[in-house]
Amino acid sequence: MAVIQVERKPLTFAERTYIPQIIGGLKTTLKHFFAPTVTLQYPEERPEIPKGYRGVPTLVKDPHGREKCVSCQLCEFVCPPKAIRITPGEIPAESSSVHVEKGPQAFDIDMLRCIYCGLCQEVCPEEAIFLQNQFSMSGYTRAEMVNNKARLYELGGTLPDQHFKWDKKKAAEEHGNAH
Amino acid sequence: MAALFFYIFSTFTVASALAVVFNKNTVASALALLMSLVGVASIFVLLDAFLLAALMVFVYAGAVVALFLFIVMLLDVQGGVRKPFKKITIASSGIALVLLALGLYSFWKSGAQTTAELGQIVPVGATLKNYGELLFTTYLLPVQIVGFLLLIAMLGVIVLSKKFEGLEDIK
Amino acid sequence: MFDFYFHLHLIVRLVLQSLAVILVLFPIAAACSMAERKISAWIQGRPGPNRTIAPIGGLLTPLGLVGRIPFLGPFLQQMGIFQLAADGGKFTFKEDPVPGHVNKFYFVLAPIISMIPALTTVVVVPVGAYFAVVDGVKVLKPIVLANVDIGLLAVFAVSSLGVYSVILAGWASNSKYAFLGGVRASAQLISYELSMTLSVLPVFLWINKPGGQGTLSLFDAVQFQSGVFHGFSLASLHGLWGVCYMPVSAFIFLVALFAETNRAPFDMPESESELVAGFHTEYGAFKWSLFFLAEYCHMIIGSAVCILLFFGGWNLLPWVPLATLIDWLSHFISFAGHPLFMGLVGIAIFLGKVFFFIFFFMWVRWTLPRFRYDQVMDLGWKKLLPLSIANLLFYTLGIALLQK
Repeated sequence: MAVIQVERKPLTFAERTYIPQIIGGLKTTLKHFFAPTVTLQYPEERPEIPKGYRGVPTLVKDPHGREKCVSCQLCEFVCPPKAIRITPGEIPAESSSVHVEKGPQAFDIDMLRCIYCGLCQEVCPEEAIFLQNQFSMSGYTRAEMVNNKARLYELGGTLPDQHFKWDKKKAAEEHGNAH
Repeated sequence: MAALFFYIFSTFTVASALAVVFNKNTVASALALLMSLVGVASIFVLLDAFLLAALMVFVYAGAVVALFLFIVMLLDVQGGVRKPFKKITIASSGIALVLLALGLYSFWKSGAQTTAELGQIVPVGATLKNYGELLFTTYLLPVQIVGFLLLIAMLGVIVLSKKFEGLEDIK
Repeated sequence: MFDFYFHLHLIVRLVLQSLAVILVLFPIAAACSMAERKISAWIQGRPGPNRTIAPIGGLLTPLGLVGRIPFLGPFLQQMGIFQLAADGGKFTFKEDPVPGHVNKFYFVLAPIISMIPALTTVVVVPVGAYFAVVDGVKVLKPIVLANVDIGLLAVFAVSSLGVYSVILAGWASNSKYAFLGGVRASAQLISYELSMTLSVLPVFLWINKPGGQGTLSLFDAVQFQSGVFHGFSLASLHGLWGVCYMPVSAFIFLVALFAETNRAPFDMPESESELVAGFHTEYGAFKWSLFFLAEYCHMIIGSAVCILLFFGGWNLLPWVPLATLIDWLSHFISFAGHPLFMGLVGIAIFLGKVFFFIFFFMWVRWTLPRFRYDQVMDLGWKKLLPLSIANLLFYTLGIALLQK
């Protein structure tokens, strides 16, 4: 590639005094002076969260209100900063979703450790853990910064489900062709 | 009232003038000189010579002492290491002493003027017009000579401080 | 109504007058700091400080109650008025540290000295005018603390002392950033003083006719600019503002004023990106706020002098002096002829111009980048000084030819 020599015009007298440029600059700033402000009044006005935002990890329920997590602990294993701690438990016999067999007894995410990488969401076979829109976590103590199971479900809420995997499985079992 | 102010200002002036001489810290000396000049300016105000007072503050206090301070700071002169008596100190003190004696002698010789006589003196320095007129008529020659002297000093500084490149072979 | 005032002792009256001037100057200087923050915010598309509100309870109750007035209160809150009070309280009461390595006496002295020229120059700056009847003749008198003949020289003389606060602060701080800032400041102030002084000389060449009474009074400078239009002739120059026939002088004066007040683009003494904060690096709390107040006071006085010399003082428009305005107003308002009313109108017009200038200072600050130091010196010595000398020669010759 050849070097292109750019011919620069010498500055005119007006340009060398800078005054036209200064006046131009003053005009620009005056325009912005009267333009409406672009700042959000943060605590009252919230920014619009874009799709696919990775906020605080949360646990979700399916549209029937069933806890989707089956405490397989994949997220606990994959979590790079080891922020997730799961105590697996059995689903009691009287529950309507007893065929799922397992659910978390306790599910803690330490938000002081969480790095919002989203690997837990990626790895979850049940689509039970999602990084959602919540972006600000604050607390006065370390204990407050650990989200327990109840809090995680409160933050997560219910998300729509396409598969209803366990319902299909149950139906298949009843028809006798489980696999 | 005026007498009271005169005593206050003259004491202030003399005290700060003494501070200039006796202070070990050069910067403090320069500041004392500044105070002394401001004191002189306030005495000019008492004499109704507002123009002189303003010029005193503007030229000496505002610019000259600022340059002194500037140079003192840049040269980083350490206070307290000055030798108390050099030959030049003794010589200059001798000259100053002679001048002081001369002044006191002439003061004593001319005698005290009464206030009535003082009132008849035209305050030349009070108005701009008188001042300017005197500068350009009576005192034209001294003004020109001083101006020429300053010009020479300025040229000297330029010659001393500037490196003339490419002129070595001429020397 | 106000007759009792004239029976007071002269010194009491003078003290009261000075207090009145200071009580106006200080709040304006303080409000400038808020204006600076607001204007910078608006120029950058931000709302600026708009949250603070005084609590009800304790010493701030009156302010807090004002904040709860519907419409007015939220508006004041939006404008950051309560933030101003909070700032003032903070500067007054926060810990005022004196670093261990400084020269204590001069370190404390410097901010105090910075206030002296800022407050002393006000004495000779007229802010308005009124008609007084002296021996049965109506005479226009200035509203000023001391109407001295050498007004402008006094302003220059005292404001030239402002350099000491910067030098002392830089030197006493015993820190290299502060020292560099102080040295830069003193060199800059001395360099631009020259062009500033030379640029105002044409104004007084116009005023002081050959054979007339020589004067440097700022009041006379305004008087020269307050005439009525009588067709285009040399005489109607009297009604025109100085800037119209001395644009170069006004320009040089304004540029030198920016440099003298250490405002951007000439804020070498405190260039943050190079010198932390320049000469006030080591200062905090109240002492720092004194430097800041002094800077704003300088700006106010500087723009006041610029208005008096080049922008018609308390006259509303070119060829519309205050007296004409008052004559016109007296068709509508019965008490318009009262000296008090006239004085207040004059002060209002004058302050309006000063506020515009302060806005201009801030507008420029948030528009232009800072000069490099060698560019500042280059501009001062190689551009402005020759320009002002040429300007002076031009007007000297021109006026000599015109007035022959």
